[in-house]
Amino acid sequence: MPIRMQEENGLLTVFLSGDIDHATARPIMLELDREVAKRTPGVLRVDMSAVTFMDSSGIAVLLRTWRRLQETQSSMEVTAVPHQPWKVFSAAGLPKIIPMKAL
Amino acid sequence: MIPILNQATLLFPSKSSNEAFARSAAACFAAQLDPTLEELGDVKTAVSEAVTNAIVHAYPEELGVVTMRLRILEGRIFEVTVKDKGVGIPDVDQARQPLYTTGDDSRSGMGFTIMESFMDSLRVRSIPGKGSTVTMRKRFSPRATGGK
Repeated sequence: MPIRMQEENGLLTVFLSGDIDHATARPIMLELDREVAKRTPGVLRVDMSAVTFMDSSGIAVLLRTWRRLQETQSSMEVTAVPHQPWKVFSAAGLPKIIPMKAL
Repeated sequence: MIPILNQATLLFPSKSSNEAFARSAAACFAAQLDPTLEELGDVKTAVSEAVTNAIVHAYPEELGVVTMRLRILEGRIFEVTVKDKGVGIPDVDQARQPLYTTGDDSRSGMGFTIMESFMDSLRVRSIPGKGSTVTMRKRFSPRATGGK
């Protein structure tokens, strides 16, 4: 699944879309790894407004990316999280670790 | 025993592409109870976790059969059972702990925690070398029977 991105003054926004599950998580994870390594953004914003479904695979994707950004003193925020993914993140306590805003 | 009002059983190979199929099929079957969108989302999420476990952990080296049985029980109860004949879980209590995983870095170890929090009940039975059976139930909220 191609991931749309937008970069402006050190802020890299990635727009995730569709279903995030075990079948799609790895390609998303690898693309985020690649982009973060290449662009070294000051802030990574993950826009989830077009995500149609997410299971616990999405937790692994975001935690990994968040850890990588921590290593380079960069920050991460997750915006426009639809209700269903929000419930999954909440069950795992993720909004207490990564700044998140519901859609 | 709670009376069974309807049931369906699906068998499919443990391919990752069947995760989306399984959760959509479960939601379609559950839809006859006219659940809320939130309840349907909960069912899809829990089924995705259970089926992914079977696909990733039960059959790590080869394709195997995953059986998903869907049931409507009296009292607006939706029951889903996901069964495999894979490697089994040596320690079920440990596997149910949050963040515990034997998977790679794309697994969070939160699968059972999500199943527990999105459904009303979760039962896990496993025999190493024989396979695992996960049974979950959720009672849907009463719906007003308005109209004619």
